[in-house]
Amino acid sequence: MADRPHLAGLSWRQFRYDNKTFWRTPIAAFFTIVFPLMFLLLFSALFGDEKIEIPGRGIFSVAQFYAPALAAFAVGSATYTNIGVQVAFARDQGILKRFRGAPLPSPAFMAGKIASGVWIALLAATLMLTVGVIFYDVSIALERLPAAAITFLLGAGCFASLGLALGSLAPTGEASTAIANATYLPVAFASDVFIAIGEPPAWLEFIGNVFPLKHFVNAFQDAFNPLTSDLAMRPGDWAAMVAWGVVGSLIAWRFFKWQPRESSGRSVRRGRKAESPA
Amino acid sequence: MGNGQRVTSPAVAAIEVKGLVKHYGDVAAVDGVDLTIETGEVFALLGPNGAGKTTTVEILEGHRDRDSGEVRVLGFDPASESRDYRERIGIVLQSTSVIPELSVREVVDLFGNMYPKPMPTDEVIEIIGLADKADARIKTLSGGQVRRVDLGLGIVGDPDLIFLDEPTTGFDPSARRSSWSLVHNLRSLGKTILLTTHYMDEAQNLSDRVAVIAGGKIVAEGSPDTLGGRAGAGARVSFVLPDGSGDIPEPFRVAPSREGIVEVATATPTEDLHRLTEWAVRRQIELERLAVMRPSLEDVYLAITEENEDG
Repeated sequence: MADRPHLAGLSWRQFRYDNKTFWRTPIAAFFTIVFPLMFLLLFSALFGDEKIEIPGRGIFSVAQFYAPALAAFAVGSATYTNIGVQVAFARDQGILKRFRGAPLPSPAFMAGKIASGVWIALLAATLMLTVGVIFYDVSIALERLPAAAITFLLGAGCFASLGLALGSLAPTGEASTAIANATYLPVAFASDVFIAIGEPPAWLEFIGNVFPLKHFVNAFQDAFNPLTSDLAMRPGDWAAMVAWGVVGSLIAWRFFKWQPRESSGRSVRRGRKAESPA
Repeated sequence: MGNGQRVTSPAVAAIEVKGLVKHYGDVAAVDGVDLTIETGEVFALLGPNGAGKTTTVEILEGHRDRDSGEVRVLGFDPASESRDYRERIGIVLQSTSVIPELSVREVVDLFGNMYPKPMPTDEVIEIIGLADKADARIKTLSGGQVRRVDLGLGIVGDPDLIFLDEPTTGFDPSARRSSWSLVHNLRSLGKTILLTTHYMDEAQNLSDRVAVIAGGKIVAEGSPDTLGGRAGAGARVSFVLPDGSGDIPEPFRVAPSREGIVEVATATPTEDLHRLTEWAVRRQIELERLAVMRPSLEDVYLAITEENEDG
């Protein structure tokens, strides 16, 4: 059909719709954008005036290390947590079912959702680094920005895909919130986000290495780390993110459902029982 | 499968269902439904909760898979989930929320743009009577207003076939009337409409044909006026029994109710009424509250569903 809306246009509209719902859900915007910034403020207040002098390279603030780590953390929650929770609630409310009944191809739905998560992640990371540069003397090395961009895209893509997986597996909207926090926050502690532990216990290091967040955090930190002398290209960490991205996509592919769980199928059975003579 | 007995008419039916079966676990929610709905028809599917109404409709919409049976809707198999099919149908879902963060205009616009030839957004908003709420967020609307947005999303794609699953549940009487006139308008545009409803006046007012589903089967089918032998069913004649009516003609020589009302069922109301009124006129009696009643669609519906509950 000639006048049928194009896939790109539909994806663009879905992207804008997802952005609108994000900004109009204050709690999501708060936890994604403001919450990680508060950590930057808090850490800088705690360790604030401590400067790290690195011979031959200059004097750096602790924010030089915290800001990129917290930016990566914000990217993860903008994608993993937001997409997962949003999908699960939209399914509960029957909004996914409504999309399913309309001529919206599922690739346009998915593309809009992923693009929106990545876009919000980009805003959150940029805001974090900008605040770092302006208020906390964070410096940015231009020659490592390409590595930062690649790391960002792979990280955001990986966690967006895991967000779709979370949204697919979570039984209800409420459960998705609990699952998101119960998975993301502990992993964040094992992933050098809040505290860079010099000599971590083996099990903690293992957890950090298994999950993608630490790879993301470390690669992103390296792209802003004044101690790094190379271009901060980190194929090993990138491979880990890609692998988790594939896992997330496969789970979403297999388990994504448009229909709400509490559907008429169950009410039919209940209705029948109620009707049958006692 | 096709047994070849049915003579296919040149006009292709909008919906054709043969032997539709759907189980949930051991329970057959739909147990061999046959249904033909012609193009341009308003068809109401009636039945108690849990009778298989919504399951049937959801299979036709493509929201649910069937276990067995033949289903063709606008020439498509809804289970194929094709985009071509969904471009030609409009679905007004039961108890599903509309994106609460968006405004009426935004949500109509979002869905309209998925269709090849959508109705203009403002026109849809006008039709559903929410022009003054166009920029209000969905979450600020009343239940009835959200239901009207629902209706708007069902028609924004200018579909050939519209599924209306209990479209006016929770509406106040005036909102119901305006939704009815919307359905009348859609019908006059040649749209086919499959409606489910709990309200018999709604089915009576809107539909060309009705079917009653109970226990997963179609147990009665016909026009609202002929369903369940309604047209040929007996009438009831009632009036307040006047004083001194010892010689009242048969079949009205029965004991009145406590309020003094005589009510008699009759298969020959014309003849009986003639005898009654002749008698009354001769005696110069005005029969108070004289009424002749036909069974309403609701009476017929209740009789049919009760019958099938016992069975």
